[in-house]
Amino acid sequence: MDQNYLTLPDKEIQQFIKNVKSFILVPVKIMFEIKDKKKIAPDIYRLEVYAPLVAKKFLAGQFIVLRPLETSERIPLTVMRADVENGTIRLVVKAIGLSTKQLCGLNIGDTVADLLGPLGQPSEIDTFGTVVIVGGGVGSAVSFAVAESLRNAGNRVISIIGARNKDFMILEDDFRAISDELYVMTDDGSYGKKGFVTKQLIDLYEQGRTLDRVITAGPIPMMRIISDITHEHKTPTIVSLNPIMIDGIGMCGGCRALVGGKIVFVCVDGPEFDAHQVDFDSLIRRNNAYRNIEIEKEHACRLDAHIEENVKNE
Amino acid sequence: MNELPLKERMKINRHPMPAQLPEERTANFNEVNIGYSLQIAQKEAQRCLQCKNAPCTAGCPVNVHIPQFLTHIIEGNLLAAADVILNDNFLPAICGRVCPQETLCESVCVLAKKGKPVAIGNLERFTADSTTHLRSEREMEGIANPTGKKVALVGSGPSSLACAGDLARFGHSVTIFEALHAFGGVLAFGIPEFRLPKSIVNYEIDVLRRLGVRFEKNIVIGGTLTLNELMNGEGYDAVFIGAGAGLPYFLGIPGEELVGIYSANELLTRINLMKAYKKESETPVLSYQEKVVAVFGAGNTALDSARTAVRMGAKKVFIIYRRSEAEMPARKEEVAHAKEEGVEFLFLASPLEFIGNEEGWLTSVKLQRMELGEPDESGRRRPHPIEDSEFSMRIEMAVIAIGNGTNPLLRNTPELEFTKRGTLKVNQGTLETTKQGVFAGGDIVTGGATVISAMGAGRKAAQSIHAYLSESEPNEKNPRS
Repeated sequence: MDQNYLTLPDKEIQQFIKNVKSFILVPVKIMFEIKDKKKIAPDIYRLEVYAPLVAKKFLAGQFIVLRPLETSERIPLTVMRADVENGTIRLVVKAIGLSTKQLCGLNIGDTVADLLGPLGQPSEIDTFGTVVIVGGGVGSAVSFAVAESLRNAGNRVISIIGARNKDFMILEDDFRAISDELYVMTDDGSYGKKGFVTKQLIDLYEQGRTLDRVITAGPIPMMRIISDITHEHKTPTIVSLNPIMIDGIGMCGGCRALVGGKIVFVCVDGPEFDAHQVDFDSLIRRNNAYRNIEIEKEHACRLDAHIEENVKNE
Repeated sequence: MNELPLKERMKINRHPMPAQLPEERTANFNEVNIGYSLQIAQKEAQRCLQCKNAPCTAGCPVNVHIPQFLTHIIEGNLLAAADVILNDNFLPAICGRVCPQETLCESVCVLAKKGKPVAIGNLERFTADSTTHLRSEREMEGIANPTGKKVALVGSGPSSLACAGDLARFGHSVTIFEALHAFGGVLAFGIPEFRLPKSIVNYEIDVLRRLGVRFEKNIVIGGTLTLNELMNGEGYDAVFIGAGAGLPYFLGIPGEELVGIYSANELLTRINLMKAYKKESETPVLSYQEKVVAVFGAGNTALDSARTAVRMGAKKVFIIYRRSEAEMPARKEEVAHAKEEGVEFLFLASPLEFIGNEEGWLTSVKLQRMELGEPDESGRRRPHPIEDSEFSMRIEMAVIAIGNGTNPLLRNTPELEFTKRGTLKVNQGTLETTKQGVFAGGDIVTGGATVISAMGAGRKAAQSIHAYLSESEPNEKNPRS
């Protein structure tokens, strides 16, 4: 009884699809197939996932929620870019928890069990002047989408990306292509300039540069320091928060954060907020709430070896 | 026919619902109620006085012909009894379990005057449960010829399910869009297994599938697709919005961001949708083992949360409510069950502040005593704070279950109008929204209410949609037309 439109050998329907380009046959069981997968740094993977409806709608700053397997948790992930023509979205994922390890354990041709999006409010894109994008780790991926849109909107884009060392540096070429200035930082100086991304930001201020807006995404401690620095210089600053989430559509309130002393739901009110209003302390505590439980669950299921095996097979 | 003389019928006592023993059931998530046997059901059905004016039928939001189905039970013709119910109510197994019968059909039963109404809800549950196989085996009947019209239903909760059933029978092509990975809306993520087994929800969804209803998951209308895309791009002739009220309210007091505080929706979603009560589940839930838990609120969701906490191993669970027991909106059976399971009730107390430790974990709550004043617009006596009555209570976990607002995802849709409360504006007669061809019903229109009222609205909308479609030409973008 569960009919699938695409299997109907109806010439008229096929003709109709050709005629109306914008037409998407909805009652199609969309298989969220992994079209491409690449290891771009230790434990960090770049995935192209087939999700045509999401790709068509995605705007910079938005995110998706997915479940790698039928048994998995629902996890929020930021989208780096969407390819409307091929119907894919690009995810940059660090295999750090059970669910991200499961996702990175999937191979090209495998499908993700569930994928919902695009979710959240898109980033405010306007002509601000000179904007600084600060990305740390896989947070660079979400800030990439925003940086690209801001560049297209006529802003001068200064990107600062950082990593622990040379091996962990990701998306450098991507950022180079869309930035007016790019600063590459490593903690140990093994590549680019030595120091944290925050150091470069301070340098820009010390050079007397006028910065009209700062956008940052990455580890919470990094976002907090950046927020403190820009607060001092009164530069409007946007952070993209990544709290624990379940549904992603405003239903559970698990992702709530304190912004300006008020409870907000990051999934529907965000994920981007005025950095100077965010209570980072409670965000860190809330994100750590399940750490012990997760460590237990991960021990029960040794996935790392499995992921490595899959990569070798490619 | 009921052969028993009226006098004899009135001598029969109401049959209590057989249930798992409290000490047994608090250690599992299986359904608490076990259900009537045929003998008990027939005996209970005999209590019906077969009133000519059937006040029970009038008291039912979807007007199930109650005396009629009870007669069929007495005669042992269970499928006929089921058909009487199904004529007005597509989801009898669900409504038999979650309807607040004591304020609806059973409240107006003539026998209720003596405090012992016919156990209509229990009998509805019995009728549904005892005919599942018979109902699955037979051919689907009464489906009109295809009309070529397409209708999209937003959300897969009770209003959409009821709406889908009717629309499919009218011959329309129906697609239900669900954002989550499981269907049933609040029936899937909200109501716990021990009150409504998910196998029943899945059974009812399969019935709809057999009627030809298509179910699409992972699509959020207002995100993945918009209403206008459904109607202009995808060729839907009409849309029904049954998106529900899913945005949990918080108390708005300091400390609500502390770890250990869940909204009822979050706790229940983790437990019901993500199955976090099972060891093998990969979705974690904070440990309730040996913890002191406070649940704020007094509706069914609050009780579901409290009883879930009991089953998760809590040491002590309190329901904290600013009014008194008489004003509790929960079903009486749930309150009784909760008491049997050791849930304690703290009435006339309202929270002022949550206190946490240095790690940001909840450690206590500051409360204030309340007293009841004059009735408010809801007819319940309004609580007032008593001065200098603050006190603290050591708690480790809290659940906020004070109701839900409507989902904001559709608010940007052009032409749709919302009230100040965030509910959708509709024509009360037809349930059509301010956008032509778009209808709505259930909690998104009324604010948080009951499964049965949502179903009633879904069915009413189906009638309006059918009337609307009968007058309109098929959508030219509709590939079937």
